[in-house]
Amino acid sequence: MSEANEGMDVGYVAKLANIDLTTEETALFQGQLNQVLHYVEQLNELDVGGVEPTAHAFPVYNVLRKDEVGTSLNHADVVANAPAATDGEIRVPKILDQ
Amino acid sequence: MADLHKLTIYELSEKLAAGACTSVDIVNDVLASIDATDGKVGAYLTIDRASALEQAKVADALRAEGSTLPMLGIPVAIKDLLNVKGQPCTCSSKILEGYTAPYDATVIAKLREAGTVLLGRVNMDEFAMGSSTENAALGKTSNPWNLKHVPGGSSGGSAACVAADEAIAALGSDTGGSIRQPAAFCGCVGVKPTYGRVSRYGLTAFASSLDQIGPISKTVKDSALLLEVLCGHDKMDSSSIDMDVPAFGKSLTADTSLAGIKLGLPKEYFVEGMDPEVEKTVRDAVDHCKSLGAEIVDVSLPHSKYAIAVYYIIATAEASANLARFDGIRYGLRVDGKDPIELYGKTRAVGFGSEVKRRIILGTYVLSSGYYDAYYLKAQKVRTLIRNDFTAAFKQCDAILAPVTPTPAYKLGEKTDDPLKMYLDDILTTPVNLAGNCALSLPCGFSSSGLPIGLQIIGDSFAEETILKIGHAYEQTTEWHTRKPEIS
Amino acid sequence: MQYEATIGLETHVMQKTNTKMFCACKYEYGAEPNTHVCPVCLGYPGALPVMNEKAIELCCKAGLLLGCEINPYSKWDRKNYFYPDMAKNYQITQADQPLCLGGQLTVDVDGEMKTFTIERIHQEENAAKNTHVAGASLVDYNRAGTALMEIVSNPCMHSAEDALAYMTAVKQIMQYGGISNCDQEKGQMRSDVNVSVRPVGQKELGAKVEIKNMNSFAFIKEAIEYEIDRQTALLESGGTVDQETRGYDPDRGETFTQRTKENAHDYRYFPEPDLMPVKIPAEQIEQWRSELPELPAQRRVRYVQELGLPEYDAGVLTADMATSDWFEQAMRHTKNAKAVSNFIMGEMMRLLSEQNCSISESNVTPEKLAGIVALIDAKTISTGAGKQVFEIIFNDGGDPKAIVEERGMAQVSDDSALEGWADEAIANNPKPVEEYKAGNPASINFLMGQVMKASRGKANPGAVMQMLKQKLDR
Repeated sequence: MSEANEGMDVGYVAKLANIDLTTEETALFQGQLNQVLHYVEQLNELDVGGVEPTAHAFPVYNVLRKDEVGTSLNHADVVANAPAATDGEIRVPKILDQ
Repeated sequence: MADLHKLTIYELSEKLAAGACTSVDIVNDVLASIDATDGKVGAYLTIDRASALEQAKVADALRAEGSTLPMLGIPVAIKDLLNVKGQPCTCSSKILEGYTAPYDATVIAKLREAGTVLLGRVNMDEFAMGSSTENAALGKTSNPWNLKHVPGGSSGGSAACVAADEAIAALGSDTGGSIRQPAAFCGCVGVKPTYGRVSRYGLTAFASSLDQIGPISKTVKDSALLLEVLCGHDKMDSSSIDMDVPAFGKSLTADTSLAGIKLGLPKEYFVEGMDPEVEKTVRDAVDHCKSLGAEIVDVSLPHSKYAIAVYYIIATAEASANLARFDGIRYGLRVDGKDPIELYGKTRAVGFGSEVKRRIILGTYVLSSGYYDAYYLKAQKVRTLIRNDFTAAFKQCDAILAPVTPTPAYKLGEKTDDPLKMYLDDILTTPVNLAGNCALSLPCGFSSSGLPIGLQIIGDSFAEETILKIGHAYEQTTEWHTRKPEIS
Repeated sequence: MQYEATIGLETHVMQKTNTKMFCACKYEYGAEPNTHVCPVCLGYPGALPVMNEKAIELCCKAGLLLGCEINPYSKWDRKNYFYPDMAKNYQITQADQPLCLGGQLTVDVDGEMKTFTIERIHQEENAAKNTHVAGASLVDYNRAGTALMEIVSNPCMHSAEDALAYMTAVKQIMQYGGISNCDQEKGQMRSDVNVSVRPVGQKELGAKVEIKNMNSFAFIKEAIEYEIDRQTALLESGGTVDQETRGYDPDRGETFTQRTKENAHDYRYFPEPDLMPVKIPAEQIEQWRSELPELPAQRRVRYVQELGLPEYDAGVLTADMATSDWFEQAMRHTKNAKAVSNFIMGEMMRLLSEQNCSISESNVTPEKLAGIVALIDAKTISTGAGKQVFEIIFNDGGDPKAIVEERGMAQVSDDSALEGWADEAIANNPKPVEEYKAGNPASINFLMGQVMKASRGKANPGAVMQMLKQKLDR
């Protein structure tokens, strides 16, 4: 976890997370989160060689659903929830090609 | 007011069955109680007066037809992150402004099937991120025992409304202690069920591998009954466990003997910096259990001290993805931009509060390229060690006794400037979420300043019956749960 | 210096399921926008995914058809990126433990048999559909969350022709296997193409350029050719190729930069906590294997070896699954494979193309064609009459036997009737008779024509020939 010592670039990570931060927020979070990262470095004390990671508390397998059509939402409710809609479609600012 | 609001589910069910009161009477009493005190407590975000009375009428009609549904006519408050069809579900966040849930969470459907009256939606830390209900965009909640103190969090509204007799019981959710800690702070009973016991479908996700919905109530027996209603396999939730639900309510009897039960005392849970009053109160509770016949054994959970580090990596990582859907496109708040990227950035800047932003950024970072192995993968491995600790401990005992929090409820504003300090308070509750097993919090005393102190009873996976039995025996032989706050 | 191109393909195939990958919404192409959506596929708060059993089966069957190993343990991951067509702003996919591993495909590339290898097939969910209008984009989430699998080839191809042959074979196999309709116009098969160029003899691959999201084979071919030329020219002039993502503009016939390496996405993959892993036992795999249909390559061999068809016929008949299935059905009613094949390759294909319809829409059913062939084989009608019957049924429907009877198309083999026409032809045409007798056997054909004419085509040509020879050779 040596990278952690350098601290994170809050501005860059906030962009990844698509949250615009003010300069003040960036500075505040930078300090607070570096403290948290410093704290979690204590995990380095542990030797986890050969330890399996836990992704699920109780892994069960093959939780499957039959391929049978169920009920969809009422179209009007979907449109009513959307901040902007045109002709039943959800309107967003022009998507630029990625 | 006939003081019906002060009673428990069981007490009210008896009255209802005997025809001594109606559900409409109960709802009216509870609404009056809300009117009298919620201006001070601030538990509710929305109160569904008309709908609650309507549901109560239906319940009374059903009872007249002979219905004996387990919670028929009992008014319950809902934490604002559960979807109820036709209602807002704000998660105490501005970003869900304007969202109307088009479906019922599975637990809501179960409450309806059990005859419950849904009263309204109660406050919480935004997206369940916090331990004081101070990270809430839409209102502040106080601790009924001392309005200058926090109710705990994130299910602060749920605990506060039950403690203030503004609901007979409430639903909360627990990702790192969010049921047990506010229950302890407010002198209520709260259960964090085993992961997979209760369907998460319709629960706005914070950390999917840790979240569980559970009851907050006035007594252990009420929690047992509510838990029985909430549990059960759900095909809409792939992590829901397909196993029978014991009759938790009926399993609790008048027998208060704990003979033959081994209770483990983990030395790691009596941590440095713990409030001496909390430690003494909990140790007294341990002695009390011993006096009921339990055998006390020392156990060790050596990796507990890493729980906070592991928790804040795993929970924030999952949250960073879970909360990506709040983007201003399909529902909720939108702050427009010239292209979607600008729209996302602005919407999420305005819509999320500071703590949510901090956690999303932390979670994004620990998953980002080059850091995954060092943080996330490592945390998942240490999570395994924490689970193994519990597995080993439960070979030596039937349940574990511990404090819920290192201190009683602190003052509003006391810790808001120091996130890490606030995180560290979760040290006694997060290990259970990481391991996936169950735990119960119940009142076991009061501080000298009159604030409740909670006892945590931690059970093995799917051992809810055991911890409920122990809690019930303790409760039947103590009077802490009968005390009521004077709200002023 | 000589350069060589290396190409790898990531082919996305939409599976033929009734419902979406993780919810019970129907998949229906062309439905009214946002009518097949629910909390799960719209990414509403609190919604959770549940796996579609059929999609898992189809993905594994696709793997078996492409020679993959089925992974006994596979799991799900979240791939994080923000885009309006991705409701949750993460895609559920499989990063390190896909359903299918390895695999290969041997195909004919301009007469040369080449084997291309497959790295993996993983299951994921589809994105919504965006359309662009003045000043805004509109999103229809009907397609969001539909079952989509990604077949990832190794970088083992070296030309646009290789890539095309590979994709054609994949498409054919997916259609044969009932995995997908692979209708490219409906976006059911799309490919990302990775192209790199390196000097011949160099071990490491050149910088990889990814051309994203193309559905037309013609455009993929153009894009690959353009990209190979562009990269080669860059290297030849001493430049370097940048690793990047490019798009293809079919109007200009050019690729263009979409995303540079510096701006590459950081997808932050991590295990999907809402879904449980998949374990597939060996018995299940064997069960699925036993249900697999015969593939085109296997059918071709069988048509040649067991039915005695020429290689050419076998190739034409199996090129398209509908045609091949039609042929198979016809063969249930007749043993004369070559006759059926001739009709399909001749009359059927001509009429289908003239009338622009598909074989399944033809009035001539496999059973009816078998009936026509039976009439010819029994010498009830001539081959020519058979073709007429075929066309009559194709246009107006009807039963072969009834048509032959109604229209008096049955041929005459009766000696007494034939004898009259034969004697008449010999008597009226002394010149060809003389020529035949002088040793020109071809002259008999003229006489034969006269008999056929007199019989209005109904005379059995074999019997006529025999009779004429008998009379003239006497």
